[in-house]
Amino acid sequence: MNVTAIIINVIAIIGLLIAFAKDRGKATKPLKIAGKSFIRMLPMVFVILIIIGLLLGFVPASQISRFVGEQSGMIGILLVGVAGAILHIPALLSFPLAASLFEDGASVSAVAAFITTLTMIGTITLPLEIKELGKKMAILRNGISFVIAIVIALIMGAVL
Amino acid sequence: MKNLKEKQKRGMIRDWILLGIILIIAVLLLSIFPDRKELVINTLWDYFIEMALILPAVMVILGLFAVFVSKETVIKYLGKASGIKGIFLAIILGALPTGPLYVAFPMAASLLKKGAKISNIIVFLSAWACIKIPQELVELQFLGIRFMLSRLTLTIIFIVIMGIFIEKVVEWSEDGKNIKSSGGV
Repeated sequence: MNVTAIIINVIAIIGLLIAFAKDRGKATKPLKIAGKSFIRMLPMVFVILIIIGLLLGFVPASQISRFVGEQSGMIGILLVGVAGAILHIPALLSFPLAASLFEDGASVSAVAAFITTLTMIGTITLPLEIKELGKKMAILRNGISFVIAIVIALIMGAVL
Repeated sequence: MKNLKEKQKRGMIRDWILLGIILIIAVLLLSIFPDRKELVINTLWDYFIEMALILPAVMVILGLFAVFVSKETVIKYLGKASGIKGIFLAIILGALPTGPLYVAFPMAASLLKKGAKISNIIVFLSAWACIKIPQELVELQFLGIRFMLSRLTLTIIFIVIMGIFIEKVVEWSEDGKNIKSSGGV
């Protein structure tokens, strides 16, 4: 068990203890919500796990790095950026997926672009965003977010 | 609300179907190439362990915030704040794990109606989408502290710039409209 996992679990336990000390009646509610969202997420957890397994088992690193590795350059980054914007993967599960791409030869920039567009841009939630905030703001936010994601990716590729 | 539940249920069914399809593909592939079985299963198992160690705790943290930090609290604080403090609050309140993004849009809309600054709302929404605390924790686990911290810092800088930029664009285009309509009269 690594340090990060320990810290996250300690935070959760301390949080729960504080909740119990503060309000015993209300303290079981977070657990119920946690259980429900966990079950809701479960099929996607396994989908992502199998994809990671197949990816690392069948797609050789040379193939991955040809498309999204260092030598693929700007096109590779734009490619994963678009994929991240379109795909609808729970943000929490995008990180293990990104880690497996990284392990299999993807560049830092490509991984950063993927995660950033995936979380920042919501093509599925766009109609709702337009309805609530208007076309102008919604399209500006999503459009500029894409540009930002690519810039962040390029800087990270240069720095790390 | 009923509509939302219906949607969630449909999403759930879709996820299970997707799992079924992926599972069939995996079994087929592995029966054609049995030599890859060990590698695939070992990888799968490693990632499974890493996820199993953190996901339950992350879900509990999500649940805690959902119960103890209400929407009303967020709206109360963000509606009043302005300037640097406003931007700072927008990032903090957006980063609190209080629900999926579609919950944030109606909140943002009502805040705008109440006169909150556009830049704050854009920063709030973007922070909500991409710098949620549980997400950062999972990123730390899988991609390491250097990756997580540099992406976090860059994201904060750029969403603040974007917020101010969009505010200017919206104000400018609305000014244009006002001039046009007054000119017409």
